[in-house]
Amino acid sequence: MAQTFDCVKEGIKAAWPICLGYFPIGLSLGVLAQKGGLLPWQVGLMSIVVYAGGSQFIAVAMIGSGASIPAIVTTTFMVNLRHMLMSSALAVHFPGVSRRFLALFAYGLTDESFAVNMVRFNRGGWERRSALTLNQATNFTWFVSTVAGVYVGQFIPSGALGIDYALTGMFICLLVFQLRGPVFVATALMAAFCSVVAYLWLPGNAYVIVASTVAATAGFMLKRSLRHRGGRP
Amino acid sequence: MSATNYLLLIICMGVVTYLPRMLPLVTFSRRKLPSWFVEWLELIPPAILSALIAPTLFTQAAPRVFVLGKVELLAALPTLAFALKTRSLAGTVVVGMLCYWGLHYLM
Repeated sequence: MAQTFDCVKEGIKAAWPICLGYFPIGLSLGVLAQKGGLLPWQVGLMSIVVYAGGSQFIAVAMIGSGASIPAIVTTTFMVNLRHMLMSSALAVHFPGVSRRFLALFAYGLTDESFAVNMVRFNRGGWERRSALTLNQATNFTWFVSTVAGVYVGQFIPSGALGIDYALTGMFICLLVFQLRGPVFVATALMAAFCSVVAYLWLPGNAYVIVASTVAATAGFMLKRSLRHRGGRP
Repeated sequence: MSATNYLLLIICMGVVTYLPRMLPLVTFSRRKLPSWFVEWLELIPPAILSALIAPTLFTQAAPRVFVLGKVELLAALPTLAFALKTRSLAGTVVVGMLCYWGLHYLM
């Protein structure tokens, strides 16, 4: 079907900044995993089944230091709990969509795919099949780059062409797209502040959940109070 | 770690990463959400993005301390300006990378 083909093409086109960013991170994960004694199939399997950059780095380090399975699994769970917020926020764009599609789509939910898909959905005209393609394309890139890292990672100079900054640059632009009014700007500033404070005070990456929940709630109350004042002078 | 233990570990890690991704999406897409909740959820994307970026720009890892003037932060300024002006994702990514690369050489 020509239409499906177009959706796939759009999805891949939107995925490239993510893929560009995943590549160096995936390679370095592969290098670390190889140093930690993992075999290529083990790295590839983890990238497919777990598919979560942050927790894979932590897991590789924990495996290397001989941590227990329950300890690694608990840490992984905590690190990825933030996806609950993203999954909830995406739900409004999938009213009544089949469970099968959602189950497949959810697999590819990462910070990066969430950010790009959310911006595209808000802008309108973003096909679900394109969103799914984006998820799968980024997942594939992650798989390939982590496995490649095991073999060739150590030969690639770090920091080439500023590629380490690709995801930060992408996040900055996606944040700009999300600033759709003064309340959004206030929420973002609040989140940045809370995030830095929480990052310094809380262990692990609890800072993402704490800061975004606090900031969204504060922004929500700000919006309510502004509306209240506007409605009843 | 033996191959069997490794498989067990991967399966458990897979389950605990998949469920938080899947459950809210499947649950909330099938019911009408209260309007306050939808309004709150609308603010989650900018909040999460900002929360993800800020520590990269303003802090150092191991030990975690506040720093002002990291290359990441300096490169973010022209990157942000470019994003605000052009609203081009591809352009912003490239400009960000070049600024970061260039500043690394200068500093």
